[in-house]
Amino acid sequence: MQDEEIIIESGRIEKNYWTDLWRYRELFIILSWRDLSVRYKQTVIGIFWAILRPVLTMLVFTIIFGRIAKLPSDGTAPYALLVFAAMLPWSLFSNALSESSNSLIGNTNLISKVYFPRMIIPASTVITALVDFLISFFILIALMIIYQFLPAWQILLLPFFIILALLSSLGPGLWITALNVKYRDFRYVIPFLIQFGLYISPVGFSSNVIPDQWRLIYSLNPMVGVIDGFRWCILGNNSPIYLPGFLLSLTIIAFFLWLGITRFRKMERTFADII
Amino acid sequence: MSDIVIKAENLGKKYVIGHQLQRERYMALRDVLMQNAKTIWGKTKDLLSGKPIIQGDTFEEVWALKDVRFELKRGEAIGIIGRNGAGKSTLLKILSRITEPTKGRVTLKGRVASLLEVGTGFHPELTGRENIYLNGTILGMKRTEIKRKFDEIVAFAEIEKYLDTPVKRYSSGMYVRLAFAVAAHLEPEILLVDEVLAVGDAEFQKKCLGKMGAVSHEGRTVLFVSHNMSAISDLCQKAILLRSGQVDTIDDVHNVIQKYSSLTLRGTSINLTEIEHASRPKQYGTLTHLSIFDSEMTPTTTFLMGQTMVARIGIHIHRKMSNAEIGFKISSKMGAAIHYFCSTWEGLRRDLDPGDYLFEIRIPQIMLLPAQYVVGAWLMQERTLLSDDYIPDITIIEVIGTDFTGHSADFARYSISGGEVYAPSHWRIL
Repeated sequence: MQDEEIIIESGRIEKNYWTDLWRYRELFIILSWRDLSVRYKQTVIGIFWAILRPVLTMLVFTIIFGRIAKLPSDGTAPYALLVFAAMLPWSLFSNALSESSNSLIGNTNLISKVYFPRMIIPASTVITALVDFLISFFILIALMIIYQFLPAWQILLLPFFIILALLSSLGPGLWITALNVKYRDFRYVIPFLIQFGLYISPVGFSSNVIPDQWRLIYSLNPMVGVIDGFRWCILGNNSPIYLPGFLLSLTIIAFFLWLGITRFRKMERTFADII
Repeated sequence: MSDIVIKAENLGKKYVIGHQLQRERYMALRDVLMQNAKTIWGKTKDLLSGKPIIQGDTFEEVWALKDVRFELKRGEAIGIIGRNGAGKSTLLKILSRITEPTKGRVTLKGRVASLLEVGTGFHPELTGRENIYLNGTILGMKRTEIKRKFDEIVAFAEIEKYLDTPVKRYSSGMYVRLAFAVAAHLEPEILLVDEVLAVGDAEFQKKCLGKMGAVSHEGRTVLFVSHNMSAISDLCQKAILLRSGQVDTIDDVHNVIQKYSSLTLRGTSINLTEIEHASRPKQYGTLTHLSIFDSEMTPTTTFLMGQTMVARIGIHIHRKMSNAEIGFKISSKMGAAIHYFCSTWEGLRRDLDPGDYLFEIRIPQIMLLPAQYVVGAWLMQERTLLSDDYIPDITIIEVIGTDFTGHSADFARYSISGGEVYAPSHWRIL
């Protein structure tokens, strides 16, 4: 074992933050694994729950927006598929956001007793959301078989949009979880944000129903870009991407990510003192 | 000088505490609104930029640690002693990188493991096996390393049969054993330990002490915070005495313990009227204060086994009391009474007129095994049912093992096994 030297002084953690993050990768893996196994151990219907939730929401949205409000679908795509293609990134986003926002508070004992780059905690909870996503993805495949809908080549680009959905939740997630440490009432923001977001994001309807002159402004909501991307991948050319809006969404996601990371790291140093 | 593994220079840690100013008696709603409006903008700005908001009108800076400097050589075991709030835990937290120092720097050479709590991150839903991996990783072990030591850990904890049971079904003893077993198998060059030996049954505590002693003999450096002076003097050769955030003394462990005990003034003269305690009739009088001294009348709360202990109990009598009995009590930290000392047993039985009195009790030899004990006092009329005033837990005294019989007796070992009182005896072979 070679002699490694650690120097502790004010502001030192900043300097080798990213190398430390890499050094603690095993902790990241085991914390994700812990969250997952606890989640599926505690609830008997763990996996079933991950299936039931998106399916029910999809049914309701299909009936309300598709049947009752008679909103148009994208091209020839079945309305249920249109909704489900958006449900996937939306539940990925909302799960990741709520899990990561509450993550620091849920790991108080770790933070006050052991050192590691704190970002590992919110980041590892995102993995739980990803596993739920993978389960719902099988429902999508089942739906595609039922509707005999063949995806185009774009489906290969889906991983890119999955990462995008995760990043868009991680930005605000980091910020809120850090604020949550000091101001516990910030957690009440999350359910509101998610409920509100569900209706202002194009989950139950296609973003094509938005009048053209408003579309760019509509894309200020970063989830618009992610959801449009998902639909483009899954439904193919039925839902073409509106490029300026998509780029705008990308910029907003990047901005929030930058904001989340910088705020988080600024507050991180005092977590152990105030948690 | 590669032999120095921990070097702390100028270390300081500052906390900012807010105080509420005394408010005006009357305040118009308008004033409140104005005052709040003024601060709200500034605070929102702080909030969004990630600065902590401090509540209160005035701020006070508190240095939890100041100008701390020391050096530690490879293989040394050092104890950190000090009263609550002296900065022991803060120092340990800085060394284990949980919190950053405000000033100064520390250089650590080698792998550091800190044990501020046993079973950090244990999850009740997970099985013993899963928790070994989880806790091991949290403490900084690599997966392969845990795998290699897995059987050893399980054997040390003696939980083979329950390996696949969720730890929420473990008894508290099993839980602690498992947690400590994982920690005991860390192989750091520097080990930071906080008061973790306070848990677990006596047998297991002994095993842990042994294991930790072995750790420092293997050339590892141990930094050990504890209130248990006996454990510190067993384990460490050197000690640091912290006093309100500053290093008071760094010296041989026995000298430091001696110094510490002469400094613990809070425990030696106590105003009893400020201590909240169970209500007693207080028909005749109240206990007012208690001071504790050694044979030279130096105030202290730390005694060597066999030393003389003197206590002075102040009493205020407000109504004439006949046949007054003053009592002094020593009990274990768990609250079990060990010694009662009554003035009436020794023939001091008085009728007290209203006024202030000071009683002195002299115990020629403390016959307690090394550990911490709780002292209390009471006032009652002899042969009545209920004491007039009684405080069972006034302060804590510490008895430190010495070889006072002159036969290299290992008293501490039997204190850990649950023994409390020493009584002389004569042995011979027939």
